[in-house]
Amino acid sequence: MTGYSIEVQGGAAESLRLRRHRTLTMHSLGFGPNVSMLIYALDDPTERLNVPDTLKAQMSARIRPPMTLMSDMGRALTTVTGSSLDWHDAITGHSLPDAVERRYGPSSYAADRDDWRRSARSALLDELWKHGLGLRDLHANVNFFSKVAAADDVRGTLTYVPGHAAEGDWVTLRAEIDVLIVLSTAPHPLDTADAWDPAGVRLEVAEGSAPGPDDPARNWRAEAGRALELAERSYA
Amino acid sequence: MSDEFVFDDVVEAGAGWIGEIPDGTLLRITDLHGNQAVDTLFYDAHDYANRYSAMDTIREQGAAYLTTGSVLRTVNCDALATIVEDTCGRHDTLGGACSQESNVVRYGQHTRHQHSCRSTFVRKAKEWGRGLEKLDITHNINFFMNVPLTSSGGLTFEDGVSAPGKYVELRAERDLLVLISNCPQLNNPCNGYDPTAIRLSGRRP
Repeated sequence: MTGYSIEVQGGAAESLRLRRHRTLTMHSLGFGPNVSMLIYALDDPTERLNVPDTLKAQMSARIRPPMTLMSDMGRALTTVTGSSLDWHDAITGHSLPDAVERRYGPSSYAADRDDWRRSARSALLDELWKHGLGLRDLHANVNFFSKVAAADDVRGTLTYVPGHAAEGDWVTLRAEIDVLIVLSTAPHPLDTADAWDPAGVRLEVAEGSAPGPDDPARNWRAEAGRALELAERSYA
Repeated sequence: MSDEFVFDDVVEAGAGWIGEIPDGTLLRITDLHGNQAVDTLFYDAHDYANRYSAMDTIREQGAAYLTTGSVLRTVNCDALATIVEDTCGRHDTLGGACSQESNVVRYGQHTRHQHSCRSTFVRKAKEWGRGLEKLDITHNINFFMNVPLTSSGGLTFEDGVSAPGKYVELRAERDLLVLISNCPQLNNPCNGYDPTAIRLSGRRP
């Protein structure tokens, strides 16, 4: 088996192992999707995505191709090799249970069956638990398909941009080491839509190839090139 | 009623500080010589898993920078501390802490063995013990550090918002464990290329 494709409905959670140089493409199946994603090194999950290190090394407050998502150990975990969008949020976290209930009203399996509204936090913690991980393993996540911009004012006022992504939008990640990916498709915590109606995504895992000397991720910034090199050393 | 001083310490450049401060304590951090980044983590003193979360803090206040009125929140959105006074104007919480590994990524292999904030965090956490581990070292606050964001999605490290004697004062909203690294970074303007001492004082009003 060299690849597969699965659908994750809106408001659900998923976890998957992505082997080195395989790609994961996420396709939006509706309006306003959001994928809150955590990433861990598969061989040692205490090594995990570090958003501040990722942003400062690449001088960016947003995630976009060909940026490399870096771990706290300086290794490239995954590279955003392509996307129909040039902005994915990584600075505003994910939705919490109390906030979801305040915003959308109480919900339970008994009342709503499998349409019950679960926050990203609840779903991520359940998924993490299956891998022996928990609250202390949480770190800043990426919110793929969502945009939150800081104003050029004195506070850096943050504004969520509604409708940033639509059906058909996509983003591809290439694993640079073996990783564990845990994700939630609950709405972005700052989503302005009146009702809970999160879009689903299709996840497509495929064979990819190692980044060559001319790979855009290696050459667009020296910092990204060095993170790739640190990842490659683990397999040297 | 006069202030009862709990502690008053000078933390040298590249040194760290760890300790508990009770609910209601006023914690003042003074940038004695100017342009000094103070990398800081807060924990609920009774539950280290309930720790400072940069992303939950900035989302809940709807703004990227920390200043007077900012409530520092945990990963569960509980209030840890409130900034009650700030003569600097703004502080960063998106730039993270420097580490030996991130220095290699940012500046090259020759910086691998330079001192870094995360090395100080490791040293102080080991010294503290009590179950504080690598998993608990998360995204911190950089007091006095200037990391401007732009509306077009840029982020840079810049010099220039702090000065000698500027301070920030926080009120503990619960019993806290505080972990500080007085940043030794030499490769960017966050310390004006010359790391210097800070003063850390705690009092109970």
